[in-house]
Amino acid sequence: MSDTTQTATETATETTVELTYREAMREALHEALADDDRVFIMGEDVADYGGTYAVTKGLHEEFGRDRVRNTPLSESGFVGAGIGAALGGMRPIVEIMTVNFSLLALDQLVNTAATLLHMSGGQLDVPLVVRTTTGAGRQLAAQHSHSLEGWFAHVPGLKVVAPATPADARWMLPTALADPNPVIIFEHTGLYNERGPVDPAAGPADLDRAVVRRAGDHLTIVAWAGMLPKALTAADQLAESGISAEVIDLRSLRPIDLPTLATSVRRTNRALVLDEGWRTGGLNAEVAAAITEACFWTLDAPVARLASLEVPIPYARHLETAAIPQVDDIVTAARSLVGDADA
Amino acid sequence: MPETDATTFDYAMPSLGADMDDGRVLEWHVAPGDTVHRGDLVALVETEKSDIDIEIWHDGIVDEFLVDVGDLVAVGTPIVRLRTLDGEPPPSGTPAPVAEPGAGPDEVEDVVSTVTRAASADAWRPPAATSGGRVPASPLARRRAAELGLDLGELHGSGPGGAVVDADVIAASTRAAVTAPSPATTSPRRSADTMRTMIAERMATANREIPHYHLTRDLDLGSLDAWLTERNAERPIAERILPAACFVRAVAVAAARHPELNGFWSDGRFEPADAVNVAMAISLRRGGLVTPKIERADERSVDEVMSALRELVAAARSGSLRASWMTGATITVTHLGDTGADLVHGVISPPQVALVGFGRTRSMPWVLGDDIVVRPVVTSSLAADHRATDGAIGSRFLATIADLLDQPEQL
Amino acid sequence: MTTDHELQRRLLADMIRIRVFEERCAELYAESKIRGFLHLYIGEEAVASGVMSCLQPQDAVLATYREHGHALLRGVPAESIMSEMFGKATGCSGGRGGSMHLFDQEKRFYGGNAIVGGHLPLAVGLGLADRMLGREDVVTACFFGEGAMAEGEFHEAMNLAALWSVPVLFCCENNRYAMGTSLQSSESQIDLALKAASYSIPAWSVDGMDVMEVHRATQKALGAIRGGGGPMFIEFQTYRFRAHSMFDPDLYRDPDEVERWKQRDPITTFAGRLVADGVVDDDAVEAMWQAARDETESAVIAAEAAPIESVDTLLDHVIRVAVPAAEDPGDRTGSPSSEHEEPEHGTSADETAEDRAAADEAAEDELDEVWP
Repeated sequence: MSDTTQTATETATETTVELTYREAMREALHEALADDDRVFIMGEDVADYGGTYAVTKGLHEEFGRDRVRNTPLSESGFVGAGIGAALGGMRPIVEIMTVNFSLLALDQLVNTAATLLHMSGGQLDVPLVVRTTTGAGRQLAAQHSHSLEGWFAHVPGLKVVAPATPADARWMLPTALADPNPVIIFEHTGLYNERGPVDPAAGPADLDRAVVRRAGDHLTIVAWAGMLPKALTAADQLAESGISAEVIDLRSLRPIDLPTLATSVRRTNRALVLDEGWRTGGLNAEVAAAITEACFWTLDAPVARLASLEVPIPYARHLETAAIPQVDDIVTAARSLVGDADA
Repeated sequence: MPETDATTFDYAMPSLGADMDDGRVLEWHVAPGDTVHRGDLVALVETEKSDIDIEIWHDGIVDEFLVDVGDLVAVGTPIVRLRTLDGEPPPSGTPAPVAEPGAGPDEVEDVVSTVTRAASADAWRPPAATSGGRVPASPLARRRAAELGLDLGELHGSGPGGAVVDADVIAASTRAAVTAPSPATTSPRRSADTMRTMIAERMATANREIPHYHLTRDLDLGSLDAWLTERNAERPIAERILPAACFVRAVAVAAARHPELNGFWSDGRFEPADAVNVAMAISLRRGGLVTPKIERADERSVDEVMSALRELVAAARSGSLRASWMTGATITVTHLGDTGADLVHGVISPPQVALVGFGRTRSMPWVLGDDIVVRPVVTSSLAADHRATDGAIGSRFLATIADLLDQPEQL
Repeated sequence: MTTDHELQRRLLADMIRIRVFEERCAELYAESKIRGFLHLYIGEEAVASGVMSCLQPQDAVLATYREHGHALLRGVPAESIMSEMFGKATGCSGGRGGSMHLFDQEKRFYGGNAIVGGHLPLAVGLGLADRMLGREDVVTACFFGEGAMAEGEFHEAMNLAALWSVPVLFCCENNRYAMGTSLQSSESQIDLALKAASYSIPAWSVDGMDVMEVHRATQKALGAIRGGGGPMFIEFQTYRFRAHSMFDPDLYRDPDEVERWKQRDPITTFAGRLVADGVVDDDAVEAMWQAARDETESAVIAAEAAPIESVDTLLDHVIRVAVPAAEDPGDRTGSPSSEHEEPEHGTSADETAEDRAAADEAAEDELDEVWP
């Protein structure tokens, strides 16, 4: 399995190159298109426009408009077509511009992609990959700022991943393509410009493992997607005051790698779960409950969670900032969890 | 109703939908004697959702109605009996008059009820043995152990993965015998009064089941006082012997000499114990009582008994009583000291058969020879199980104690 | 001529097979042997018979929840369908789907879809795959009711189908009522072929009670699609003689209207014509009914006797663990070696903590070498 444990703060070495998350994903897509004729990309503005986040830029020139296929604004239609194409022997990568628009395709994803294998009694595989973005932070207001990956993580029959590093962006895609199940890849919008080391020879990465990004002793912070860099920054700050935080990148939202989380929490005896989605009924709740079930006897404090406040994401910058967990919030929560008098 | 025979068959209330449980015949469209054919409508049925005409699937002659108009009947209940047309066999596969077919979904429902819900609940279990010296215990158990003065590490854990739960702590604190505590004493309660409840239950049981007899004897402690004063004169406070230790020692020696009072009543007979383990009742500051034992008190010197007693009291007050101290006592002593009562009219702690009590020491007029003098007097008492002993033995037992305390060099 | 007569006899026999099967299902449902929802095709048999008879083994079929007839004529064994509705392990969907979710991968029968209009984008995708993989002789036949034409997914699918020129035959079975809602009250434009044509898809309307009309129209459409043609749309005007489902008192239809349509029963009218033309005689027709009864009855007996799946394997078929072997684009049948399925990772209850910890240790050791 590929080398994806290196933290985002490490610099490139001899065996790695430094890429942005965007560049890494583009490389992954390029390799996929080049290596397998059955692979094609389909989504809104993926061709000439280059993709709304410029991930697919240049690909249509090399691979043509059939294989980098622009779709009309028909999320349900083209996601369903992706399912059908997968049934028919292709390996489609469907790009849904953002998770906000994925709601239009929920019927296809939840009622069809997730259920076909089961309803057919094990006959029909749906080797579909869906890429979509999630998260807030750019003042795009309530309809363009959701973090709904938790909704998809709720559904049996789907695999859901959230690569949070360029290395994972590069190497989780090939694994997703090779997987016979529908895989949804959530890319946080704030990560595209992040730089990080990518080993060009690493090979396909695990889809269902969490990874410890930073070792620590006093508490375990569990994060995914856009929360990961914030968690690492918070951990640096905490270290300055003698609090050693272990940071785990969840990576796989369904299935959740509970053994990795539990092994850590049994040792640190404290857990803090970070979620950019809302607190109520969010994925943070599932992670917290799972950790509590597995680690109850060794917990020294209730499992803490930090998530977005119960408000549609506002436009004004200071309000948006206040609505979403920030580094300061993480530091405060960690301190309070550890019982730091300065908290 | 008569059973169907080879020329008749029944037509049952049909299921018309996933959520139809029963129906009511509003109107018959046929009458006995009518010939009906497959597809004919035989009745108008009222259901929760609507009124529907129901059809019959086989040809036949209506014989009799099996239910009345207006009756609410469950799906699958036969509602009309028909005769086959001449020469035709009754329809094969006609369902037997039961509500649901065999091997149907309902049968499976019972099987399924706890299957995977339980499975996913413990999708990842903690390993059985913990590492790192931390006793796995629930927060509630920790709090209870602190209240009762028990050391968690000594407790047996019955929770998942061997963790200590509330019930384990309660069981340890009230268990005072070899036999398993009754379910009442180990049932987990979540109130702060749990110890009180446990004690209440034990006392109620004891009173109910043990035929007590009570004997008392007043003791002149003058000699003991003098003896103690002399022995303690050169000792630091921490090493001084208290009367309580002498009482325990006296009871232990007496119990060794009168084995009928040192043991257990179980299964309808008395089992003498092979050692004299004296339990000392210690009251806790926050209320409640614990009775840790001093093992082989008859084989230890008074000094050793005193030091054991000191250790027990300290442990009880600091919440670090060992579980091993809480079980296996063969006789119990209650010494109320100066708290106020003259006489302990005790209740035995089953399955023991005796409890020895000492009230407060008080200055009393005493006859010595022909003179009346003032002496320190304590009333000793014996509560004994009449199934195991009679008053004579009890009486002799108290006499032995009196002698020992009167000649303390023997202790 | 002879071939035509053979075809006609086959078309009649197929309609009769469906009719007998469906009637028996109604009875079995009343007896609580079939549960859940049951949607019968009685009255509409000419459409399935006419269309399915034109399809080839390499074609794909997508249908709605009123699909027993389509599945039967596609070649899914009656026993397999009946067992599925009895919830037995030997059902075509392993008992996991029921009446509304009949699947058979080998026959390229992709359900059995219960979200109205939900499978239309799938048809587009199947057609797209054929287009992209150069499989020019393959057509996807997609059946749906006129009610689906109100759903957004219909419109998105039509648009994409035309845009991408996918080889799909869209078969609208217009039985005039979407559950209890009449076409007139749900469509601002009730000329359905016109609606489809507005997406630049050739579309026309056919008498769905006349099996020969259905067959002819379908042959023509398929001829245009095969070999590189784009999508086509046919509206089949038909009628269901029974209510939407078992629990439907059918209050929204005028009994006279139902009676009028029953006069146009596709089976009796076609049989009558064939007898009049001397293609069959009454005995031969009766033999078809008997053969259908035998087929259905054997299916019922087999379904009754079939076992149910053990609840121990409840969590199977959620996620497939192994990567399917031998994925050659032309390989349509699922290879048996890919049958390795396990309960979903992470929710397995039989993995002990020790196993997991050991696996983690091993994995961690292994990973340590890779990740410095």
